[in-house]
Amino acid sequence: MSAALFEASPYARFLGMRLEGEGEARHAVLPFAPHLIGNAMLPAIHGGVLGGFLEITALAKLSQARPGERLAKPVDINIEYFRPAGPRDTFARAVIRRAGRRIANVRVEAWQEGPEKPVAALHGHFLLRAEEGS
Amino acid sequence: MNDLRETLSDRMHQAPLAAALGFEAVSAEKGRAAMRVPWRADAVGEAGSDIIAGGVVTSLIDHVAGMAVATARGEPGAIATIDMRIDYLRPAGPRLGVTASAHCYRLTRHIAFVRAEAHDGEGETPVATAQLAFMINSPGPPMGSAT
Repeated sequence: MSAALFEASPYARFLGMRLEGEGEARHAVLPFAPHLIGNAMLPAIHGGVLGGFLEITALAKLSQARPGERLAKPVDINIEYFRPAGPRDTFARAVIRRAGRRIANVRVEAWQEGPEKPVAALHGHFLLRAEEGS
Repeated sequence: MNDLRETLSDRMHQAPLAAALGFEAVSAEKGRAAMRVPWRADAVGEAGSDIIAGGVVTSLIDHVAGMAVATARGEPGAIATIDMRIDYLRPAGPRLGVTASAHCYRLTRHIAFVRAEAHDGEGETPVATAQLAFMINSPGPPMGSAT
């Protein structure tokens, strides 16, 4: 995943996202911060924050896999929520299930305690932009 | 209407994210809600584009859809998003805020179904359309009962 993308995206910085690990173990991290809370009673991280975190992780994966191309554009995303995300760090890893000439199909899972207990998942389609202006 | 607006306002104060991004309540009626997020530099997705991030629109849609469930139920009780599908029809215009409106068109004891769309105020085509399902964790009064 491309660290440069995170640094260049104001919203990724607002969320506080960063990357950890090397090679296959590389994953995105969303360190817990109070402004990420959506439900103060539980408390739980906002579902929309998780959605954005998953989406940016997918974009970072595409950007890493396809260096030199313009940033892909999300066409549609489906986000599933499995359990509340508590006030602790959240991790995510993306897999490109298929990349054609125009469209990439990407899946991302986010977890807190461990990858076997995901808190949310995204699958989405992204428009690839190999040429300038496409 | 005023009660619903107060409900929205209360819920917003319980959501630090909504305060951090500057979400504003626009309108509320039974089963419907609208909220706005103003454009701001730290909500931009791709540096230099001046376009509000898809993730911010995602947050606004999830939030306003939850509000629509609250107004449909007549109480701001515990709900959880089961899933959300968003179609990004076009990018928002540079330096434009986004308004999202949501309609809870079906409420059962345990589940709420919501449609939402987000506009930047330019033209007819929404920026995004969305479909969501929520789980009602503490069953409240059924639709149509006194609020």
